[in-house]
Amino acid sequence: MENLERILSEHRFFHGLDKDFLELAAGCAKNVRFDAGQFIFHEGEAADQFYLVREGRVALQVSAPGRGAGIFLTIEPGEVFGVNWLVPPYRWVYDAKALEPSRAISMDARCLRNKCEADHNLGYEIMKRLMPVLIERLHETRLQYLDLYRSHA
Amino acid sequence: MPENPMSETTALLHARPMVPQIAHVRRRRHDAPDAWTLELDMANGERFLYAPGQFNMLTAFGVGEAAISVSGDPAEGPLIHTIRAVGPVSKALTQLGAGDPVGVRGPFGVGWPMAQAEGKDVLVVAGGLGLAPLRPALYRLLGERARYGKVTLLFGARRPEDILFRHEVERWRGRFDIDVEVTVDHATDGWRGNVGVVTTLISRHDIDPSKTVAMVCGPEVMMRFVAMALMDKGLGEEAIYLSMERNMKCAIGHCGHCQLGPTFICRDGPVFTYARLKPLLAVKEL
Repeated sequence: MENLERILSEHRFFHGLDKDFLELAAGCAKNVRFDAGQFIFHEGEAADQFYLVREGRVALQVSAPGRGAGIFLTIEPGEVFGVNWLVPPYRWVYDAKALEPSRAISMDARCLRNKCEADHNLGYEIMKRLMPVLIERLHETRLQYLDLYRSHA
Repeated sequence: MPENPMSETTALLHARPMVPQIAHVRRRRHDAPDAWTLELDMANGERFLYAPGQFNMLTAFGVGEAAISVSGDPAEGPLIHTIRAVGPVSKALTQLGAGDPVGVRGPFGVGWPMAQAEGKDVLVVAGGLGLAPLRPALYRLLGERARYGKVTLLFGARRPEDILFRHEVERWRGRFDIDVEVTVDHATDGWRGNVGVVTTLISRHDIDPSKTVAMVCGPEVMMRFVAMALMDKGLGEEAIYLSMERNMKCAIGHCGHCQLGPTFICRDGPVFTYARLKPLLAVKEL
C-alpha cells in the first residue's frame, strides 16, 4: 500500500495531495497493465474504474458503422481517463484501447465515490483536480470541432 | 549568413519592387491532399536569397498574383514554395508543370528571429500548412545546430493523411538533435500516434521559459491558443513569435489590403511578437 501511495503521489493528477488523502485514495487503487491493442473498456459498460496512466499511450475512440473507430484523443503518461466514474449513470460513452504496452493505476470508482462522500474534503480535492481536466478537454474538443486546418476553398 | 543578403534579384527588388522576376518550374510535388510544392529556378540563373519566414508574391500569368511563403532551405537549392489550392491564383499556381514560367516579386517582410534565438532553446509550433513558412527556420536551426539550444517541433495536422512534408517530418523524428511530436485532430483505427489539438503537446512539453524562443504558425485561432498555452508555461509575450496571414496585394506597405490596425502585415511582418499582436488580435473587426 505504501508503494501505491508513493506511485499516486508521483502521478501528476495526485501530485501535492495531503498524505492522509493519499492513503485513502491508495485504498481504492491497484496497478494494471495492458497489451498493445487491448481494449480497456467499451462504450456502454459500467464506468467502474478511473485510470491514471503511468506508461504507454491509450486511445479514446468512438466507432461508427462503415467508418471504423474514430480516435478523438490519446492519453499519455501523467494523464487520466475514464472520468465518467464521477457522475451518474456511471457509464462509458466511448471505447478505451491501449495503443502500445501501457501501465496505469486503476482506481475502483465505487470505492473512491464512497470515500469522497464520506470525506468531503477528499471529494473537494479530487474535484479540484478533475475540473481542470474536464475544462481543458472541453476546450480542446471545441477546437477539434472547429476543424481549423480544413481548407476553406 | 546575413538575413537579407544583396544579390542582383534583391537589387532589382529595391529598384522596382512591383516588377516580377521570371522563374521557371523545375519540379512540382504533391505534399498534402490540397497542397503542392513548386521548385523554381530564377531565369537569370541566380540563386534566390531570402531569410526564413519571408514571402514572395507569385504570379500565375494571366490569372493573378498571390502572397506565398518560401518553404525551402535558405542555404541551398532552388526557390521552393508550398501552396494550398484555395483560390483562382493559388489553384493556377499548383497546376503549373515543369518549365512553366512564374512571376516572382520578393522576398518581402520580416522573418523569423533566427539571430535572437541563437543560444536559446527554440520551440517551433506548427499547425496544418503553417509548417511550410516554418520549414526554412527548421532548415536553418538544423543546418547551424551548434548555435541553438534544444530544438523542438510540435506539429498539429487535421488527419494523418494531411501531414505536410510527411517523409521529412519522419526523418526529423529520427534525428537526435531535434525533438519532434506530431498530433492529429482526427484519426481512425490504425494510427498509432497522438490524437488531440496541438496545444495538448505544449501542456506535455517541458519548457525552460527563461531561455526559450517560440516560433508559431498556423490558423489564427490556433496561434492565439498556442500563445496562451505557452504563456501558461511561463513564456513571455516577447519570446513568442507568430506569422500572420492577410490578403496581401502590393507587399510593400502601400495599398493597405493587409493592414492590421497600425501595422502592415506585408512590411512590418508577417512575423511579429505576440506582445505586438495581442492587442490587435483581440479586436474582432480587424
